[in-house]
Amino acid sequence: MAQALTLAPEIPKGAVAAEETAGAAGATRTIQLVVENMRCGGCMRKVETALLDLPGVTAARANLSTGRVAVVTAARAAKTTEPLIDALQRAGFKASELPPEGTTVEPGDRDLIRRLAVAGFAAANIMLLSVAVWAGHGGDMPASLQTMMHWLSALIAVPTVAYAGMPFFASAAAALKMRRINMDVPISLGVILATGMSLYQTTRGSEQVYFDAAVSLLFFLLIGRVLDQRMRSQAASAAENLLGLISPATTVVRADGRSERIPTRSVTPGMALVIAAGERVPVDARLTRGTAEMDESLITGETRPRRVGAGDALFCGTINLSGPIEAVATACEENTLLAEISRLMQTAEQARGRYVRLADRAAKLYAPAVHILGLSTFLGWLWLGHGWEQALTAAIAVLIITCPCALALAVPAVQVAAVGRLFKHGIVVKAPDGLERLAEIDTIVLDKTGTLTLGEPRLEPGSRVDSAALTHAAALACVSRHPYSKAIVRACRERGLAVVPASSVEEIAGEGLKATIDGVEVRLGSADFCGASDEIDRPALWWKAGTATPLAFHFDDPLREDAAATIATLKRLGYRIELLSGDRASVVAGVAQACGIADWRGELKPGNKLHRIEALKAAGHKVLMAGDGLNDAPALAAGNASIAPSTATDISQTASDVIFQGAKLQPLIETLAVAKAARRSALSNFGIAIGYNLLFVPLAMLGIVTPLIAAIAMSTSSITVTANAVWLGHKRLQEAS
Amino acid sequence: MTALAWLIPAALGLGALGLVGFLWSLKSGQFDDLEGAGWRALDDEPIGPSRAVKHEAAPAALP
Repeated sequence: MAQALTLAPEIPKGAVAAEETAGAAGATRTIQLVVENMRCGGCMRKVETALLDLPGVTAARANLSTGRVAVVTAARAAKTTEPLIDALQRAGFKASELPPEGTTVEPGDRDLIRRLAVAGFAAANIMLLSVAVWAGHGGDMPASLQTMMHWLSALIAVPTVAYAGMPFFASAAAALKMRRINMDVPISLGVILATGMSLYQTTRGSEQVYFDAAVSLLFFLLIGRVLDQRMRSQAASAAENLLGLISPATTVVRADGRSERIPTRSVTPGMALVIAAGERVPVDARLTRGTAEMDESLITGETRPRRVGAGDALFCGTINLSGPIEAVATACEENTLLAEISRLMQTAEQARGRYVRLADRAAKLYAPAVHILGLSTFLGWLWLGHGWEQALTAAIAVLIITCPCALALAVPAVQVAAVGRLFKHGIVVKAPDGLERLAEIDTIVLDKTGTLTLGEPRLEPGSRVDSAALTHAAALACVSRHPYSKAIVRACRERGLAVVPASSVEEIAGEGLKATIDGVEVRLGSADFCGASDEIDRPALWWKAGTATPLAFHFDDPLREDAAATIATLKRLGYRIELLSGDRASVVAGVAQACGIADWRGELKPGNKLHRIEALKAAGHKVLMAGDGLNDAPALAAGNASIAPSTATDISQTASDVIFQGAKLQPLIETLAVAKAARRSALSNFGIAIGYNLLFVPLAMLGIVTPLIAAIAMSTSSITVTANAVWLGHKRLQEAS
Repeated sequence: MTALAWLIPAALGLGALGLVGFLWSLKSGQFDDLEGAGWRALDDEPIGPSRAVKHEAAPAALP
């Protein structure tokens, strides 16, 4: 794993950074590709098959969780990734190479899971021994056997505590160094004191041994920690995939007319570039020769491609849908629009980072209280004239009883139950504290394209296009990457017609497609291209067969089928709804009316959206932002919480707390309802945990808590808290039904 | 009571075996793609000639 991830430090000219290993089967290299729209098992198979069918590829393994595919190629094979990316594009996937500096991060939860496994093993076995000891209490168990069992427990517990407790000790030490107290301080103190004291008691053959409590405490706490970490690392890898959007190699034309491929990072403003069909624009640039249609959905969120001609600006990250074009670089690396939007997003996200999680707020009150209680117990017993040993035992009992086991489980257990419940409905919660922030929302801000609407053009259902024309148009369209072409192919399939690709289709950049079917020249493309005159201001493709009158295909971006109903429900539940869009005002007004949204704004730039959200927040509202385009990313990061459909660009998904799948908007209601229920459950869990403490702490302070009582109290509170969380996963929520 | 002399080590040994098995499966990357693994189980597509030959060459653990 680590070996395949270690990449060459420098990119050789025109080559990709990759690991070269000389094995029995000859030298091979492993290349990591990010596949943007790989969403299910079927996609995974298609990706692997497409890559394996290439010459020189010996293995390909897709990873659905990270959205990447590892490709092993013979080192003799071509040195570039273009054939791989091209093959994936033909199979319908947008792929890009992962930049070498991004590939060194390992999923961080592996280490924690190892510790969790060890703690689980130890907890189970020590508990077995302890149960035997308790069962033998007052019975016929000889003291020697009891001591032996204690020694066995110690043998398992001490290394386990040292290994499994490390994350807590490290975190507590870091907090103390900064003169602060976090939840890990009482945890570490409790575990270390309990283990140390138990060890001392074992050497003296005493009955008061707490190994089981200490280890199972660690086990429960690690569960919470692993769940937390898992959510975090998912978010991190999504952010890393984003780096792949900036293509690593670029074709530049030198002064002497020679063209060569150089790493994108060495491109400087003023260089002449050639951007091939289907390639991403590597830096911000100005078009110098040729016309093209650009897929700018990454920047604007609009699916309608933009026609560009000489002198127009091209943005980094957009895709050239037509033939090759020449351009001159205007801004590179840190100065590109993509980098600018990332920066906006990061700044906006910092504000969200200041959110204090429920558990941390509880810890702030709880940790000092625990320490004071423990210390006063110790001092109290000393003051009453007992020995330090007895005083320390009582103090440890207090620490163990109060150890925030249930508290540390209270929130993660609820979150996992809530997240699991949402996952069944196709909703993925990405941010660990996302649900907590969602529960506080009172205002919902929606984006239009891709959020209220489906975000992909559809052949207008009303359009009277006969099946024959559609089949022929689809025969041409299926060779093109243009969204309208794809819509035609989709419409054709939806009508149950077979799509047979036409042979020798010619693509004319910025114009359309041309082919000869049965001796008749057919064209599919712009109005000019097909000789049609009256182009209305409405997205359309024209179709012309021979000398017949051109025929128009009109497209629209349909609303999600339940958009209006969902908005109505949200309003009834008391949420304030607003629509912010970058689209033309007239279009936005129509959508707003159809959905029953009174507050709407159109023609907004990414910065405007951000300002509107900041203004709402300043007015005391808790804002949920729902959007999908890159233009929404800063707004998504700025909202108190954010949600994006799974069709959203990766950067928007990175900025979002929650991602929902499917063609419906209903997940929005479900998410909010579950978030609220989760908050209620978390609070009641705190109640339960504190209730246990109120019951047992006085007993512990009085010194009448035996290890048996301590273990029972701790386990029951943990189990009650977990059961309460599990119940959340099953109970019916009236708002959601 | 003498039964304990081998029962306890046996119990611990079996537990340790499970632990080692889990750590091994973790290390060999079987938990790397939980989402994908679920889908792979459903992949009943007949393995094509190109896939069949090449899959044998696939290393066990890829990131």
